[in-house]
Amino acid sequence: MGAIVTAEGLRKSFAKRGATSPPVLDGLDLELEEGSVLALLGPNGAGKTTTVRILATLLRPDAGRATVAGLDVVRDARRVREIISLTGQQVAVDARQTGAENLTMMGHLAHLPRRVVPDRVAELLTAFDLGDAASRRVDTYSGGMRRRLDLAAGLLTRPRIMFLDEPTTGLDPRSRQALWDVVRDVVEQGTSVFLTTQYLEEADRLARRVALVDGGRVVAEGTPAQLKSQVGEAGVELTLPSPSDAARLAPALDAATVDGARVRVPTDGSVAHVRSVLSTVEAVGVTPEHWEMRTPTLDDVFLTLTGHVGQTRTARTAEVAA
Amino acid sequence: MTSLFRDVSTMTVRGLRLVSRDVDAVITAVLLPVVILLMFVLVFGGALDVGTDYINYVTPGVILLAAGFGAANTALAVEHDMSSGMVERLRSMPVTAWTVLSGHVAASLVKNLVTTAIVFGVSILMGFRPDATALEWLAVVGMILLFVGWITWLAALVGVLVRSPDAAGGFSFVVMFLPYVSSAFVPVDTLPSWMRGFAEHQPVTPVIETVRGLLAGDVVPAADPGGAAALAVVWCLVLGVTFAVAAGLAFRARR
Repeated sequence: MGAIVTAEGLRKSFAKRGATSPPVLDGLDLELEEGSVLALLGPNGAGKTTTVRILATLLRPDAGRATVAGLDVVRDARRVREIISLTGQQVAVDARQTGAENLTMMGHLAHLPRRVVPDRVAELLTAFDLGDAASRRVDTYSGGMRRRLDLAAGLLTRPRIMFLDEPTTGLDPRSRQALWDVVRDVVEQGTSVFLTTQYLEEADRLARRVALVDGGRVVAEGTPAQLKSQVGEAGVELTLPSPSDAARLAPALDAATVDGARVRVPTDGSVAHVRSVLSTVEAVGVTPEHWEMRTPTLDDVFLTLTGHVGQTRTARTAEVAA
Repeated sequence: MTSLFRDVSTMTVRGLRLVSRDVDAVITAVLLPVVILLMFVLVFGGALDVGTDYINYVTPGVILLAAGFGAANTALAVEHDMSSGMVERLRSMPVTAWTVLSGHVAASLVKNLVTTAIVFGVSILMGFRPDATALEWLAVVGMILLFVGWITWLAALVGVLVRSPDAAGGFSFVVMFLPYVSSAFVPVDTLPSWMRGFAEHQPVTPVIETVRGLLAGDVVPAADPGGAAALAVVWCLVLGVTFAVAAGLAFRARR
């Protein structure tokens, strides 16, 4: 399957005339493969929301080009709107309408056939565990319930592409888990999902591909596994009682590095290799206080590629993209 | 075209729900015009000589003033849509800007009809004696709706442009000002001459004269009532269309 969303060289600046502030988007490229999930991962101010707003036809780019299902998001905005749904950072439901009224309204606005609307609304309320609250006003809902209703509103039409802008920000762990389940279901039914998040775990769990964005550009892109392998291999990390024990152990192990009382040995993660490392430890006759397998996390990737989380610009693109 | 009708009716139902479930706003919308009516008739009415019972003179003015208050709520409702996530979602859907706003405007029209009926009711209890045929009543309702229409589209435009609820609320002061400097509460020829020029040529005055003339021909000044009606309709249509177009454009342009 091909790309269902593409962006090439997107640029956007909100600088007022005369003021010099860096552009929000500075030549952003990306692709979402049809039927999959792409996570745009980055700190606040990296340009995630701006990217989503351009792709969802809410904002025109200053330069560059973006398509959704082959349609240009600027020239064919109206047709793009027929096949996407957007769930933004702010919950977009009316507090003074009930859950069912909110969804019914969205169903009509999305031009679902009239006869279909009541069934579809009931179906979604049940699916999102809001059946009991359907006829209650939304101002009596908890934050998690509002978010679920908000997501349901985005799914009425079974959109081909769903844009989710930081959908789990502010949710408790249970609601977050429920949302992840929903996203997986949606993808199984054929919808492509474009997700932005600040949470590495979320990107890791949901996305087939992750684009790390910083300073308005994609600084690295790939599967979570590919990105992790860019920061280094897995390793066995042993913490010994003293630095002298560490110094005694290290020469016996291949490619070990010492950091105080800690020894780190690269590994391919196979049982055989890990067993041989541990056997060597026994043979040398030191007793680690603690040991663990360390695999790089997306956190490591992020810190390596962008420097501090929240920092706006780094110049390490070249090393990694290579 | 059918989808346009469906969109507008969907948004109107929404607008009416939002308006009718806002308890504070409902109380204000009903009580405020009644209090103003009582105040003008009982407090100022005794001192004002307009050549007829003051209640006959002032009722149309109170109704238009109430319309201004009602419109201020529209500015707040639109501002809330713009600053909450709602506008983002609606704009990512195949719905036009004009549709989104027209729901609020339609709700405002219905709400003002109810307020108007209440003011007429209280006013009749206080001695207001309109002398209008069924057709004239229909014309009165039509004139009031035209007036509410343009002022609500202006409110919608303000709601789209402002960036805070406070600024949207400030709109009511502007629209309150217009009826005061018209023939709504006192005859225009009692105003200082520099103000009279404005009062005679602003849109509220012909609307007031028309409504008053329709309700009771005997209080219309020598001025030609037919001319006032035509002028009132033209004013309302021109302003209404202008503000509706401007609001739609501003909605689309706001990023």
